[in-house]
Amino acid sequence: MEYFLTEEQKTIKSLARKIAEERVLPVRAELDEKEEFPWAIIRDLADADMFRVFVPEEYEGLGGGCLELCLVVEELSRVCGGVAATYAVNALGSYTLIEYGTEEQKKRYLPDIAAGKKLTAFAISEATAGSDASAIRMTAEKVEGGYRLNGTKQFITNAGEAELYTVIVLTDPSRGARGASAILVEKGTSGFTFGKEEKKMGIRASVTRELIFRNCLVPEENLIGREGMGFIQAMRLFDRSRPGIGAQAVGIAQGALEAAVDYAQQRIQFGQPIISLPVVQDMLAEMAIQVEAARALVYAAARTVDSGARKITEESAMAKVFASDVAMKVTTDAVQVCGGTGYMKDYPVEKMMRDAKITQIYEGANQILRNAIAVELRKRKARTE
Amino acid sequence: MNVVVCLKQVPGTTQVKIDPETNTLIRQGIENIINPFDTYAIEEGVRLRERFGGKVTAISMGPPQAETALKEAISLGADEGILLSDPAFAGADTWATSCTLFMALRKLEKYDLIICGRQTLDGDTGQVGPQLAEMLALPFIAYVSQIEEVADGEMRVRRMVEDGYEIMESSLPTVLTVVKEINTPRLPSLRGIARSKSASIPVWGVEELNADPDKVGLSGSFTRVVRIFSPQRVCRGEIFQGDVEDQVDCLISRLKDDGFL
Ligand SMILES: Cc1cc2nc3c(=O)[nH]c(=O)nc-3n(C[C@H](O)[C@H](O)[C@H](O)COP(=O)(O)OP(=O)(O)OC[C@H]3O[C@@H](n4cnc5c(N)ncnc54)[C@H](O)[C@@H]3O)c2cc1C
Repeated sequence: MEYFLTEEQKTIKSLARKIAEERVLPVRAELDEKEEFPWAIIRDLADADMFRVFVPEEYEGLGGGCLELCLVVEELSRVCGGVAATYAVNALGSYTLIEYGTEEQKKRYLPDIAAGKKLTAFAISEATAGSDASAIRMTAEKVEGGYRLNGTKQFITNAGEAELYTVIVLTDPSRGARGASAILVEKGTSGFTFGKEEKKMGIRASVTRELIFRNCLVPEENLIGREGMGFIQAMRLFDRSRPGIGAQAVGIAQGALEAAVDYAQQRIQFGQPIISLPVVQDMLAEMAIQVEAARALVYAAARTVDSGARKITEESAMAKVFASDVAMKVTTDAVQVCGGTGYMKDYPVEKMMRDAKITQIYEGANQILRNAIAVELRKRKARTE
Repeated sequence: MNVVVCLKQVPGTTQVKIDPETNTLIRQGIENIINPFDTYAIEEGVRLRERFGGKVTAISMGPPQAETALKEAISLGADEGILLSDPAFAGADTWATSCTLFMALRKLEKYDLIICGRQTLDGDTGQVGPQLAEMLALPFIAYVSQIEEVADGEMRVRRMVEDGYEIMESSLPTVLTVVKEINTPRLPSLRGIARSKSASIPVWGVEELNADPDKVGLSGSFTRVVRIFSPQRVCRGEIFQGDVEDQVDCLISRLKDDGFL
């Protein structure tokens, strides 16, 4: 399919593929097995300027948008969804700063993020606040010299490894979500520690931990934007970042499709390669259609985000929901096509099936996002009546 | 520290086939790449620049399309590239190649170090590095696996030898050939690729080098290629019969008969 990518976008995509094939592929099974954080690959991505992609040019980035980020995430995911998550979360952890940060804050942090010297993370989820992200309880009390943070964030990607955390906290608990604010916390701040490492079904090369805050004091200038804007900032962030989850899903599905085609071509049963069997052909063709449709939707949503359009909730939710459902379906079918071999850990498709699952859950479970899309449909209907 | 890296563009495979009719390499469908051994030279040059400042200049003698190899070197961190290309350079053996590189280096004023790969994938001789050093009347160290120290116009390196390594010191400028153990070459970077796309690669020919036409290309070459052919593959196995001792005796007498023992 012709997606009319610019020369620069093609370069980004092909270099990301090269890194994925040369540096990620040889170690992906081991990273998955050992649940190891992929530091060596992070270094390679940094050397190749991949962390510059999503940072504005004024801060030593390359000034790419949502689409450029999606291209990198897709190519990394084609080989390993876990490495891709580790990379992509850096954009998630930087957007709020990029969008709402002061010149001083940006100058202070973004060049190191662009160089890949500092990894970032974003934390909204808590034990009580999953799908209902507005139910956060963590507090930031205004005190002499800044904010005192108390509470625990749950399921935070890159926790422990990242240097910089954008944390959504209640600066005014009496106002609920309207009292939420985004605050930057650096690793090493006293009173800020990490909980146990979660053991996961998939994306096991990425790390997921709790952030624990006990009377953690951060200076006032770590507030991003205004007090009370945290929840809105987070929702705007997810509108922009969801196509990235879609891209992760497309990449995983693409990898599974390729593995299934390879296998079907090599596997001889009943005296012929199984790819000659109409049922297998039918499955592979359906997988290919689904992957391409998902890719087209993800790129279109990413371009909508990059167009600067204000209302993008629907488009980005559609891309995430559709692509993640495709990834689950396609990876499951890939295991089916590969039969018993596909079920074994020596073959990559079982990992892809495990990796695909998370894309239906995080950054808004697909049910929640379908709700959101339906809400928009109803609003539009109401406006025309 | 100014480093010059000499590199060659080669067919990207060791499985080159020879056309039985024309006795030339079949290049169709084979991508040209930077000689893999030279990628370690580029990486080492870039690392030295990162430590000590200065610049890395990549030079290559080859046909006009070798420009892509120099651009790739820039995407891998080299600062500039110079292509030595002229129809008169065609058919050069290692001596004429070294001569051409020598003339280019004479034209480049300031450099502290010249790094070459240990050998090329296609020619496989490993001669250009040492010949170049000889022509420049510079010290030379082959098979360098580690640069241990650079200070006060001197450098201490480790070089691989068959049964271990040697530590050698040299004054600068000096010429090194490097082995793959020396580093892991980085991948290109996005900014490097952008730089390489806009970089212009000067081309130096006979005129620019002020070269004596008899010293370059085929006319400057001592080697004459008489015939290129694929060696016939003869694989004959022989299985000795009897118990182990008989078999060992048979084997030893056969090795003696064939002059191996
Ligand atoms: C590996 C991993 C990494 C993560 N990384 C981060 C991170 O970096 N930062 C961060 O802040 N969070 C992160 N999260 C949290 C993630 O965003 C949440 O898990 C997600 O939002 C779902 O919340 P929950 O797990 O509490 O599920 P719940 O809210 O308990 O929902 C369970 C299920 O109930 C259904 N459901 C719930 N409410 C509704 C509703 N109103 N309508 C319809 N269906 C509903 C959905 O099907 C949902 O799947 C991560 C999670 C995981 C597993």
